[in-house]
Amino acid sequence: MEVLKDIVKPLIAGFGITSKRLKHEKVTFFYPEEKREQFPRTRWRHVLTRHEDGLERCIGCSLCAGACPARCIYVAAGENTDENRNSPGERYAIRYEINMIRCIFCGYCQEACPTGAIVLRKDFELANYSRENFVYTKEMLLEPMPVQP
Amino acid sequence: MPKRVETVVLHDSSTPVLGDVEKAGSVVITTLDTVVNQVRANSLFPLTFGLACCAIEMMSTAGSRFDLARFGMEAFRATPRQADLMIIAGRLSKKMAPVLRQIYDQMPEPKYVISMGACASSGGVYNNYAIVQGADQIVPVDVYVPGCPPSPDALIYGILKLQAKIKHGNQPKNFKDLKIVETHPRHLEEVKA
Repeated sequence: MEVLKDIVKPLIAGFGITSKRLKHEKVTFFYPEEKREQFPRTRWRHVLTRHEDGLERCIGCSLCAGACPARCIYVAAGENTDENRNSPGERYAIRYEINMIRCIFCGYCQEACPTGAIVLRKDFELANYSRENFVYTKEMLLEPMPVQP
Repeated sequence: MPKRVETVVLHDSSTPVLGDVEKAGSVVITTLDTVVNQVRANSLFPLTFGLACCAIEMMSTAGSRFDLARFGMEAFRATPRQADLMIIAGRLSKKMAPVLRQIYDQMPEPKYVISMGACASSGGVYNNYAIVQGADQIVPVDVYVPGCPPSPDALIYGILKLQAKIKHGNQPKNFKDLKIVETHPRHLEEVKA
């Protein structure tokens, strides 16, 4: 009788909870194999976008660098000429660098940008082995050229 | 037949560790190394060590939705003597830096460090007198995870990067090649002048 009370009863109670939980929906998602759908306003890696004709949207105004609370953006502007035209306006960014490890992904640069050039997309796989790899240059940030029809 | 000498180094944790593995290289040992690295990579024990808001995401990573236990990190260890992986989760203030160093020294070899978030990796927005501008000034860091805070999947990506590093046999950096750099702005001006 003692055995029944001390061992069997708690066992039934314990496995009862386990079997109840087995019916529940599985909450774990298996990250490297399947990726979670990010929320619509998720802010991760920056991208410098282009117009439909392939010209860069960035006009080198440095407003993003001014708005950045972490001071992680560096913009060097240059003049467009008719032979070397990079953006529709007068000026374009010769250098555009973001120190990705200092960035806090607040999205103020996106808000400050008058042409909508810099946007924060949902690519979150940014971890790396050394700090030098985290200075993202303009070539890394710029969108590839749109496919010509 | 020449005798292979393997030195046994006693570390502060009093755990005997085979030293000079590279010098005693042979086919048997290198193959064994691969196995050992696989085992090390797949049974990392992180340290329960949260400094600031990134720790919330670290706890969430260990929770059931993201389930860090899938990578062999079942238990967060509450003592540095039983942990191999330190996740520096949060801003590291100058007052906390000696404590962090002591905890790192108390961990047994081989030990690995993940610097999680912008503040731990570089100081982030806190470019001021109180925050260490990058935890790599205090301890050698293996993987940096950017983000403020990194989402659990971003942290898991960093952990997978670290596992890949361990599997390739990269030992963590020595204490010797660690340079403590003072980056106070005033100090930098003095250097320039």
